[in-house]
Order: sequence, then C-alpha cells, then structure tokens
Amino acid sequence: MRRKLRWLWIGCALLAARVEAGEEAEPGAERLRPVAIVDGAIPASLTGVPGDPVRGRALVVDRTKGLCLLCHAGPFPEERFTGNLGPALDGIGDRLAPSALRLRLVDGRVLNPDTIMPSYYSLAGTTRVGAAWRGRPVLEPQEIEDIVAFLASLRDTPSERPAP
Amino acid sequence: MSRSALLVLAALTVADCAAGPARAGEIPPAERRSGFDTMSPDIQAMQRDGMSNPGLLWLEDGAELWAKAPAPDRPACAGCHGEAGTAMRGVATRYPAWDAESAAPIDLQGRVNACRRRHQGAEPYPYESRELLGLTAYVAAQSAGLPITVPDDARLGPARAAGRALFTQRMGQLGLSCAACHDDHPGRRLGAAAIPQGHPTGYPLYRLEWQGVGSVQRRLRNCMTGMRAEPFGYGAPEFVALERYLIDRAAPLPIETPAVRP
Repeated sequence: MRRKLRWLWIGCALLAARVEAGEEAEPGAERLRPVAIVDGAIPASLTGVPGDPVRGRALVVDRTKGLCLLCHAGPFPEERFTGNLGPALDGIGDRLAPSALRLRLVDGRVLNPDTIMPSYYSLAGTTRVGAAWRGRPVLEPQEIEDIVAFLASLRDTPSERPAP
Repeated sequence: MSRSALLVLAALTVADCAAGPARAGEIPPAERRSGFDTMSPDIQAMQRDGMSNPGLLWLEDGAELWAKAPAPDRPACAGCHGEAGTAMRGVATRYPAWDAESAAPIDLQGRVNACRRRHQGAEPYPYESRELLGLTAYVAAQSAGLPITVPDDARLGPARAAGRALFTQRMGQLGLSCAACHDDHPGRRLGAAAIPQGHPTGYPLYRLEWQGVGSVQRRLRNCMTGMRAEPFGYGAPEFVALERYLIDRAAPLPIETPAVRP
C-alpha cells in the first residue's frame, strides 16, 4: 500500500511538472473503460465477450499492431527475427492465469513500474504522444481479450489448467 | 519547451531515480562500446575501407564547400580557418559547445549554419541537405580516431541535465524512453535489430536503411517515431541538449565520422 501511494505521489509530481511545462494531461483517458485490479490481476473481462484466440494470435504476430514479437519469442515457427527483451511466450498459459495476463497487457507498470513493456490499455503518464496515436490506447478492449484468450492457450502441459 | 521546463524535467529525473527501484543506469566509461563493434563484418569493412564507404562521397562535397567562397566578396570557410585538417582537428570531440552570441549550446551543424549567417552573409543550409551534411561530416571527420572529451564548461551543465532528463523520460503512446533500451538492454534484440548502447560517435553517418547520410537528429526522430512520440523539430533545443548528454555519455570513445550503420 505504502509503495502504491509512493508511486501515486510521483505520478502527481510528474503531472504537476507537465502542467507547469505547458503540456496538458493526455486527452481521451475518459474514453477508457474502468478496470478493477484485484491482487495483481484483472479478474473481469474488459468486454464481457469471450476472446477469440485465432484473432489473438494474429494480433500477437502483427508487428504494427500487437508488437509482441518485437520483444518476445514464442511458438511461432513461421516468424523469424523475434526480439528477446521479454521472456518467451511458450507455455505462458501454464504460468499465468487469464486474469494475470490481462493486467500485464492492460498496464504491467502496476506490477513493475520500470518494466519496458508498454501498457496496452492505459493512458496514465503518457507524454508527447504522436499526433496519430493521441488519446488512444495501444489496443482496444476486445483485442486485449483476444490476446488473453490466445496466450492462455499456450501450454507446455495441456492437462494442467490454472484457475481463471 | 522552455528552458525552465527543461530544468524542471532534469530535477524530476533525479527525484524519479531516487524513488524508483534501481534500473541499470548509465554505462560506466570503461564499458562503453560503439555500435561498430556489434555490426556484421561486411558493414564494418564498408566503414573502414576508403573505397567502399559511401559517406566519403558526402565528405568530398564537404571538402569542396569548405574551399569555395559563397559569394565573390565573402570568405570561404578555408579563408578564415585555413586547412580543415589542422583547424578542425578535435573540434567534433567537444561539440555541442557554448555559443556566446546566442547564449545557448550549439551543435556542429548549427555552428556551420551560424558561420554562414554571421561571417559569410549566406542563408543557412536546410537541415538534412546534402550541403549541410557534407560540410558537417567533413568537419567532424577531421576528428576521426580522436577520443570524445567532456568539455569543462559549466555553461553546458543545464543542457547536459536537460538532455539526460529527456533520455530517461518515457514518451509516446508506448511509454518508452531512450534509457529503457540503450541503458537497460543494449546487446538484446528488438525484432531483428540489435540494440546498441546508442553512442553518436559517427555522425553524420551513412545508414544502409536510409541509403544516404543523415544527422544524429534524423536518427533521434526515427527512434521517437518508433516510440509513437511526436518528434522534436530539426534544430530544436531539446535535440541539442540530447546531443550534449549523449556525447558525454559516449566519452571516451573515438569519433568515427563518416561511420556506416545498418
């Protein structure tokens, strides 16, 4: 809790500095759906519509949309030149429940403020966003659900299924 | 962004580092490596070889412009400075430098254009023009092989601090910072690209991706676009501040102009 407050305080300081610097708070934040973070996870679907793992896979390998393979390797035999800034995605569904995957996609900085992984559904703290991207999250809520469904299906041990 | 805003940013970065969990931080001088070291041997050979380095074509243009008077009653660069090999030796190791007339730091291409305006009665060359790149590369190449030095000039302090703040500030839709890749993860891969430490030792340089020579500002704009950030404009004080910080961060690596990069 104390740690959370500290980061809140820093967030405020940064915001104040931006206002002083003549920059406005990122517009469009009000458009984003509220998400409830519970114990390092987001248990509820962002949309209520089940994710489509096939669409999710297509987003993951799309280097202008999901951007995932710029940093992660994984079970994508057709894809060459995957990055290695993040862990490989093989078997990620064994290690993380969908609710935990969802938070890591929505805003992994809640768990690790220094993570290099972009927050895909948060405009908090963004600054100097390019005109084409301003006021928009990296992905839309259903796209996040699709990716969660796909990642949850990546199993090394198909028999073990973590609780949702 | 105003100068006071840049200072606020600098102060914030210090606060940010103090409060947050430890990141990799600045690379110690003994561990600094040029991007040259991690390039493929064929591109290394292209840079080394006087016959195959395409940047040398720009240098030839620069040498011509150095010797040519902009107008009959105006001096050529050589008219005041003499031989570039003597007069310009070492200059690129200490730029951006303080410009007393504008009371601001100025980078090498800014100096070329300031000289044109003040002493040659000529219009500044446009950014990324063949002329400006050629002359800047010609001047910088006179320092090839010499180690970058950190100038002992207190007036550059605010720019250095502002540059560092910009380097570590998350920006753009993806919320990345220069430091997130180049301080924390050099040697790893972003897609197919090996992440270098990010030392601007060879600018202006020939980039295969560009099929031409470009400035460090062009490179910085590319990176900012990749972060989905709004790039600073060419010649912006933010870029000069970043250049000042980056070159300090690169010392004591040698100048490589004209470098070749993938």
